[in-house]
Amino acid sequence: MRIPNSYIGRPIERTEDLRFLRGRGTYVADVNRPRQLTAAILRSSLAHGRLRGINASRALAMPGVHRVLTANDFDNEIPRIALRLQPLPQLAPFHQPMIADKKVRYVGEPVALVVAETAAIAEDALDFIEVDIEPLPVVVAREQAEAALLFEEHGTNCAISWKAFRGDADAAFKEADYVRRGHFKVQRHAAMFMEPRGFVADWDGQTLTVWGAAKTAWYNRRLLAASLRLPIEAVDLIEVDVGGGFGSRGEFYPEDYLIPAAAKLVGRPVKWNEDRREHMMAANHAREVECEVEIAARRDGRVLGLRGQIWSDIGAYVRTNGGVGPRNVAQYMSGPYAIENIDLKSSMLLTNKTPTGTYRGPGRFETDFIRERMLDLLAKDLNIDRLELRRRNFVADSQMPYPLASITPYDSSTELDSGDYHAVFDRCLAEFDWKTKEQFSGRLIDGYYHGLAVGSFIEGGAAGPKEEARLVLETDGTLSVYLGSSSVGQGLETIMAQIAADATEMPYEKIRVRHGSTSHVKEGYGAYHSRSTVMGGSAILRAAEQLKERIRALGAKRLGCLAEQVMLDGERARYGNRTLRFADLSAFPIEVEAEFLNNKQTWAYGTHAVHVAVDAGTGRVKVLDYMAVEDVGRTINPATLHGQTIGSIVQGLGGAFLEHLVYDANGQLLTGSFADYLMPTASDFPKIRSSIVELKRCPNNPLGAKGGGEGGIIPVGGIMANAIADALKHLDVQPMELPLSPPRIWALVEAAKSQVTTRLEGENGK
Amino acid sequence: MKLAAFDYASPATIEEAVALLASRSGNAKIISGGQSLVPMLAFRLAAPELLVDLKQLQGLNRIDIAEDGVRLGAKVRWCEIERNERLKGAHPLLVEAIRHVAHYQIRNRGTVGGSLAHADPAAEMPGIAITSEAELMIVGSKGKRIDKASDFFKGSLSTSLAPDEILTEIKLPPWLVGRRWAFLEFALRRGDFAIAGVALYYDMVGGNIADIHIGAIGVGDRPLRLHAVEAVLNGRKLDDVAIEDAAKAARESIDPPSDIHAPAEYRRALLTTLLARALRQSAV
Amino acid sequence: MKVNFELNGKRVETDVEPRMTLADCIRDHLRQTGTHLACEHGVCGACTVLVNGEAVRSCLILAVQAQDERVLTVEGLSREEALTPLQSAFRKHHALQCGFCTPGFITTAHALLTEEPEADEDRIREVLSGNLCRCTGYLPIIEAVLEARSAYTHKDDK
Repeated sequence: MRIPNSYIGRPIERTEDLRFLRGRGTYVADVNRPRQLTAAILRSSLAHGRLRGINASRALAMPGVHRVLTANDFDNEIPRIALRLQPLPQLAPFHQPMIADKKVRYVGEPVALVVAETAAIAEDALDFIEVDIEPLPVVVAREQAEAALLFEEHGTNCAISWKAFRGDADAAFKEADYVRRGHFKVQRHAAMFMEPRGFVADWDGQTLTVWGAAKTAWYNRRLLAASLRLPIEAVDLIEVDVGGGFGSRGEFYPEDYLIPAAAKLVGRPVKWNEDRREHMMAANHAREVECEVEIAARRDGRVLGLRGQIWSDIGAYVRTNGGVGPRNVAQYMSGPYAIENIDLKSSMLLTNKTPTGTYRGPGRFETDFIRERMLDLLAKDLNIDRLELRRRNFVADSQMPYPLASITPYDSSTELDSGDYHAVFDRCLAEFDWKTKEQFSGRLIDGYYHGLAVGSFIEGGAAGPKEEARLVLETDGTLSVYLGSSSVGQGLETIMAQIAADATEMPYEKIRVRHGSTSHVKEGYGAYHSRSTVMGGSAILRAAEQLKERIRALGAKRLGCLAEQVMLDGERARYGNRTLRFADLSAFPIEVEAEFLNNKQTWAYGTHAVHVAVDAGTGRVKVLDYMAVEDVGRTINPATLHGQTIGSIVQGLGGAFLEHLVYDANGQLLTGSFADYLMPTASDFPKIRSSIVELKRCPNNPLGAKGGGEGGIIPVGGIMANAIADALKHLDVQPMELPLSPPRIWALVEAAKSQVTTRLEGENGK
Repeated sequence: MKLAAFDYASPATIEEAVALLASRSGNAKIISGGQSLVPMLAFRLAAPELLVDLKQLQGLNRIDIAEDGVRLGAKVRWCEIERNERLKGAHPLLVEAIRHVAHYQIRNRGTVGGSLAHADPAAEMPGIAITSEAELMIVGSKGKRIDKASDFFKGSLSTSLAPDEILTEIKLPPWLVGRRWAFLEFALRRGDFAIAGVALYYDMVGGNIADIHIGAIGVGDRPLRLHAVEAVLNGRKLDDVAIEDAAKAARESIDPPSDIHAPAEYRRALLTTLLARALRQSAV
Repeated sequence: MKVNFELNGKRVETDVEPRMTLADCIRDHLRQTGTHLACEHGVCGACTVLVNGEAVRSCLILAVQAQDERVLTVEGLSREEALTPLQSAFRKHHALQCGFCTPGFITTAHALLTEEPEADEDRIREVLSGNLCRCTGYLPIIEAVLEARSAYTHKDDK
């Protein structure tokens, strides 16, 4: 008897690694087409202005320069980037044109495109294109919103305001024993994946092939085809190896149109790679929010309501998923806590900065910082233990499905599906050893103040509406798996092969996963919102069932029995003592295609705890121990999930301490390189531990899995700020803004010290 | 970020190198390790017509330890300082400071001469040069000259080097046995440029501080000698009062810049804190 | 200008503009694309190659400066028939996700362990702090390099 496959749940080593480790991956910069030319993009050096004219004659005269494209080369109507998510008509005025159209609205906005023999020549030519821009006043802060309108016809720089509501917040606040207000800020930072973006586009007169796709290739293909007035079938987007995405790569950017358009216009393949400086001003920024919020509670710490206003600085245009973060800050502020009354307004403010989009845990990182800080402040004011306060407020499993706040417009409601928040909370505290470490809270040891914090979070995943998988049993007996899901480095090829192996019972080694090309399945959706495992994996399960039926049907004919009587056994079909290899079933490949539909988000959840040591003299914060526990329902590959968790936490630490995209008053981006945009390195955060548990399966998909992979980042900002407050409680230092950089911590300490001095002087009658 | 075009030469002798520099009226630059220059070219912040590579020049990468001091050739790389066992004893302050320079790959290429000629106000090597009153040997079309470190650094990324001149060597005065010293810098991450840093050394004469040298990096447009602080400390016992006085003098004698990483008042406080800690550390 | 050097054990010659970096020369002229460009300004370490056994940032070296040097890239540190001990350790510890920074870590770790097979965790972290990774959070990379040490102390062929 064959032992059934059980690849799901095993830390299988990844197939991708065999090529990545040898330098044999194919990233878009490694793709070359015969006769290709290279493009460079001239970007606006002013943050706001009217485009008076562009003169490219000197650039065109340079040897090796083939073409210079500007707004004038495209049709009367410059196509715009439509929203992929929450495509509300009232947001249409703020869609970005594929190339600057009459105005420039941020430093970095594409103004012209040069096509030349080499990248160096194309870059040389940029200096010789004269752009005449009449400067306009620049808006870089909420307070300046009146300085100038980015879109004059609209009359305001507020693109839209969302509202998250539940219950009756005003009533809750009226009857509350205690109300606490807080004013918070999170800084602008970004996904900053390591592989810069790029495309190679090739038009052969009939088909436009574009290498460099990622994340949402099918949507992008539809938008590109429409923008170029081509039938969809004439456009194929191909995903090669992808060097990280984190929510930011793969969304439709101006370059997604410009490079293919250039290829079509010049009639030769065109290649483009951004450099890092470009990337910093061109790829989506994220996370810049300001929030004025109140929390209402009973004397015993039961939270009754949340009320307040959030402002998101979304940059100069609303991009494909620009609404997601701002909505999430409002909708998910309650997190894993049972807060019945919510009234949060979230406004998207247009400014002369790079447009924003999603970055891992969009809106969630920000909102958890706000909420967890408020909870610790609440605990302090009410003199309730911080752990106890949280325990009193967790949503219980018996209360699930538990509705979260609804959001409007583009109404959406969601509910927590399953979870034992208490158990995971306690598990984290135990593994972290809170009991022992508690004694260090607030103590000064060897020049450092020690502090602890704990925080819990929810992680939404598995966005619908669906995903497709196509299975092909090849004539050599191997199984090809084609997916709508994309790979962004998360080990897709391996995980999907594990699922396919268990679902078909075929040998793991005979399975090959292919992903992300628009020719692979009819309609794929892609990799975002931690959906690939649940959506892609569930689609594979469905397709596998269909494949097994087909195999039985074919086998029955050849084995002389009924389909139900055919036994499937690894690579063979059996009836009695007669067997048939899959490879011999048919002269042709056997193909099935299936989809998995889902409109219920999954909700993974977890708790993190941290121990820090703060040098009050310099503001340096050392992370002495970090413990993360998350319940994802069901793990497909514990090694890859653990890897994602650690990576996600370290990104969160970067966001909590180091990373900041800084603008000056003129809208100039001062952070232009990795020497200024500081990311964590190997020596910064050495002690991070994580455990994955499988306590509560997801009831809404056949795998029982919940989307995971973004969770690690979500609570980091909040617990770091709380831990620092705990360490410096003797001074009542209360961080309300990220990043928690040394100069900012130092400034808080100094301010707190001078308040103490002032108070003492007051007491002494000075 | 492709570089703008330039010509390239790799001369065999220093005289040829000088002549090549002189031939382009200020539009030629030296390249050796390239760790400071090439990023500037990548950002198109510099656009020389000609790069003159010191690669083939002989005799510029010696580390000489003698009674009259420590000589480092301009082409000496950070990894060579790291690996030189004798230097640890011959100039512990230099070795400690150099530990903080950049990262592994940069240390395999970056040179002493390159760092001095680049003159970043937060760089360690210029800081050591200023603190220890080093002398710099320079060769140009007008011949050889020696510049004192205090005259060499003119401002941010600016030195006394004429367009046709090449720095060939730095000489640090001899290190006395029994000397007390400390080097402390604060960077946001390991290997980053210092937000601020302190290098100091002094001798003990009759239980009192003598001939103290204090240098600071990251708090001005060039590495600074903190003469006012030295005046406060010379001839005194190193105790808490002295450290407090020194900190006050430091606070008042610097005018640090602000940038996106740190505002001026933070740099000022940081330098003061580092000074106090460095003094305490030196006493152990 | 013609430049002539040894790449992964073979003598190569190509014609370059002086402004071409070694990284671009290796990738575009010599078609070895395992060396990646993630910043082009000398901070991220993805482009690390070995020149005469020393780990260096190939985006900060002009191709013409490589004249007569011995250059080794990730391809030169790989074997067709199996992963090397260092590569196997990376795979085992899941020390890569998207793989883009990985060649730079492989070359740097190889240079370090060749010179210092006894390097401890602090030293490994110090050396690798010159290589940026956005996916892994570094922990598994450190574990992989720690494990790979034994292959270098026994002086296995690499």
